[in-house]
Amino acid sequence: MDTTILQMQDITKTFPGVKALDGVNLTVQQGEIHAICGENGAGKSTLMKVLSGVYPHGSYEGRILFEGQELKASNIKDSEAQGIVIIHQELALVPYLSVAENIFLGNETQRGGFIDWNETNQRAAKLLARVGLDELPVTPVGQLGVGKQQLVEIAKALSKNVKLLILDEPTAALNDEDSAHLLQLLRGLREQGITSIIISHKLGEIEDIANTTTIIRDGQSVEALDMSDPASTQNRIIRGMVGRELSARYPDRTPQIGEVVFEVKNWSVYHPTQQDRKVVDNASLQVRAGEIVGIAGLMGAGRTELAMSVFGHSYGRAITGEVHMDGRKVDTSTVGKAIKAGIAYVSEDRKKFGLNLIEDIRVNTTAAGLAKISSNGFVDGNKEIQIAEHYRKSMRIKTPNVMAKTGNLSGGNQQKVVLGKWLHTAPELLILDEPTRGIDVGAKYEIYTIINELAAAGKAVLVISSELPELLGICDRIYTLAYGRMTGQLPRAEATQERLMELMTIERESAR
Amino acid sequence: MTISSELKDIFTKNLRTSGIYIAFVLIVLLFTVLTNGLLLSPTNITNIVLQYSYVLVLALGMIIVIVGGHIDLSVGSLVALTGAVSAVLVIKGGMPWWVGMLAGILTGALCGVWQGFWVAIVGIPSFIVTLAGMLLFRGLTYEVLNNISLSPFPAGYQKIAGGFLNGLLGGYGFDTFTLVIGVIAVAGLVVSAWRTRQGRVKYGQQVESMAMFLGKNLLSAAIILWFFWQIATSRGMPIVLIILGVLIIAYHVLTTKTVFGRHVYAIGGNLSAAKLSGVNIKKINFWIFINMGMLAGVAGVVFSSRSNGAQPGAGNMFELDAIAACFIGGASTTGGVGRVTGAIVGGLVMAVLSNGMQLMGVGASAQQIVKGIVLLLAVAFDIYNKRRVGQGS
Repeated sequence: MDTTILQMQDITKTFPGVKALDGVNLTVQQGEIHAICGENGAGKSTLMKVLSGVYPHGSYEGRILFEGQELKASNIKDSEAQGIVIIHQELALVPYLSVAENIFLGNETQRGGFIDWNETNQRAAKLLARVGLDELPVTPVGQLGVGKQQLVEIAKALSKNVKLLILDEPTAALNDEDSAHLLQLLRGLREQGITSIIISHKLGEIEDIANTTTIIRDGQSVEALDMSDPASTQNRIIRGMVGRELSARYPDRTPQIGEVVFEVKNWSVYHPTQQDRKVVDNASLQVRAGEIVGIAGLMGAGRTELAMSVFGHSYGRAITGEVHMDGRKVDTSTVGKAIKAGIAYVSEDRKKFGLNLIEDIRVNTTAAGLAKISSNGFVDGNKEIQIAEHYRKSMRIKTPNVMAKTGNLSGGNQQKVVLGKWLHTAPELLILDEPTRGIDVGAKYEIYTIINELAAAGKAVLVISSELPELLGICDRIYTLAYGRMTGQLPRAEATQERLMELMTIERESAR
Repeated sequence: MTISSELKDIFTKNLRTSGIYIAFVLIVLLFTVLTNGLLLSPTNITNIVLQYSYVLVLALGMIIVIVGGHIDLSVGSLVALTGAVSAVLVIKGGMPWWVGMLAGILTGALCGVWQGFWVAIVGIPSFIVTLAGMLLFRGLTYEVLNNISLSPFPAGYQKIAGGFLNGLLGGYGFDTFTLVIGVIAVAGLVVSAWRTRQGRVKYGQQVESMAMFLGKNLLSAAIILWFFWQIATSRGMPIVLIILGVLIIAYHVLTTKTVFGRHVYAIGGNLSAAKLSGVNIKKINFWIFINMGMLAGVAGVVFSSRSNGAQPGAGNMFELDAIAACFIGGASTTGGVGRVTGAIVGGLVMAVLSNGMQLMGVGASAQQIVKGIVLLLAVAFDIYNKRRVGQGS
């Protein structure tokens, strides 16, 4: 157990104008699970790209010793040949190919150019058993959920005789159950002698599973914590990451709650393609002015589907039910009408649904409220700059001016641009879907502060989140969704993670 | 920012946008030398305008199609069809020239409605819809013309692409009217650049140094004035240049200053985000194709006027010239990126290439080979630049 498998010494990687890594040291022991923590942009992913050969030997300074030998990988294939396999956050599977085909993609079991299907499927079945995935090797990957796809990726890594497995944010898109399964699998692999490096923002997981944690801050390795030491707590890790003690993870706030602003009555939505599947089933909820209300639910409970179907019928079909704003029934059947009614929806996937990444902050800020700065179809360019500058300053977006491309911003700053974009439409209700997903700890605090400011300004805020501590930290009231139905609501004082989890897992009665 | 670092940026950081202008200047210089100055002679400059105006008109519509994330393969056939409709009315029916012109443009717009319906409402990819349109409109052209060519047009119609506005303010070895238009163009350009700059300064945005600003504008002013002087000393102001100039300004404004333009860039850049921002995707896509059809109608009228008749095979491969102009001008193949000015310069690159090689007596086959290679290199250069810039972030 006490042998070193990997040593990265004084790794420095420079991009034109930026020093992404500055003398990073990383030592990983044989057979351990080694966590790497750091804020977004700290250099974790860059370090893993150096290790896996995405940045070839010679494009960085420093030395990598793997199993005592110097590693000089000039591409990913080289490092994989040594037994180093990386699984990226965005899964690299082909949805139309079968599980077995994906596992052996680029590494096919062949004889003279012809694939031996029997052996391929048989070997795939063995690998699937090893990762505990109960699916046929011939099932198309697209039919599996994200959690199962993650397991297919690991099976693929195992097929390459992996010695060092690198996982970049493996549980970011998984629900609690799938996450638990994945972590259990990693423990199992550890017992079989496979070393893992795991990058994660979920500090609870790291506390649970890691033997050692290396903290990276601003491109430098700050420290390596032995996780068997009782002093290595979550707060200890956070202190290392941000370089200061974060006294509270959630800003204080005294709620001032007014009249009911937003009300949904008997809302039902069917799945867009599957005939009889009701995704949201007779849900009702209300949000008051100045109130922050949470929606808790497991993956597939219908949280995002509820929000998106309310916001311009952007999801589902055969939608029934009523939406009321300020006591009056409103039509939200198109996004334009929903915006006019005073609703704003900040999507859980800001890159896909929130921003035009090839455009600058200015254009993105006004994208949903162009009508407010235009007359006769012409956009007032000066007013636009003024408004974008206003939100850049009030949101504390870290760029010198609003002409910066949003694609080059960090996750936290991107999220602020999206928030600014929706505030510009002057909504009465803001629906925030996973507002802090993929955002580092420091920026999360800033986002919470902005949410509090919005509530203080009298807006109604509806927050959807997979992280229960987050909901408990910022919400005045929390609804629970399970299998498309509202299963309860708890005021902040009565809510605990356990009670929420109970309500979130109430199964549907057998009668349809 | 100092002037020297800004000049450096033009050739390094901003090469992606400035590259096309640099390439254009180099190509012009090359052919000026190869043709012993013939390329830039007053007569030849007028010829280039008359000969390639229809490609530039098509490029104006095509850049909007491409920025919106689509493609239009049917414009060549549509040029033939609209020219044919116009010719049948004017030559066979004896209608006045303006009836033919309006009918041609209207036919184009209606064909645009047809394609817009299939793309925007039914949701078929534009590649398929316009591939079908390419066959469909070509077939209709043969039907309308009964499979034979029609010519000649009456004098009024021929003037659209071949006429000149001369002597309105007298001539003294040069045409005064042409020069007045040139001066107005320069004044308009400088005033609008100055106002944009002032607006940016007022709201605390970074602007280029005064030296750079003056240098850029003086250079453009000099080139424009020289250009107008050349045509003033040749045959005067071509009518088609006025049409083209008005269209270029109108479409530049449409793409940069209007809500419609902004929405086109939004759906090309990120369709899902645009949808969730309340952009009416169907409406925008519909108008993109109606507009393209209408401009194909304008090009059809100009081309039939220039060739003094309608042929069943007219406009063959024009769509490829227009598409090439956009991509040479820096448009992105995935949508969301591209500028009217880029497409025009891209079109001029193609025009100067063709014209220069014709002057040198290069055969049609070699011309095609060179144009193909230029298109490939232009896009390769663009991809190389994207990668180079992308690594910095």
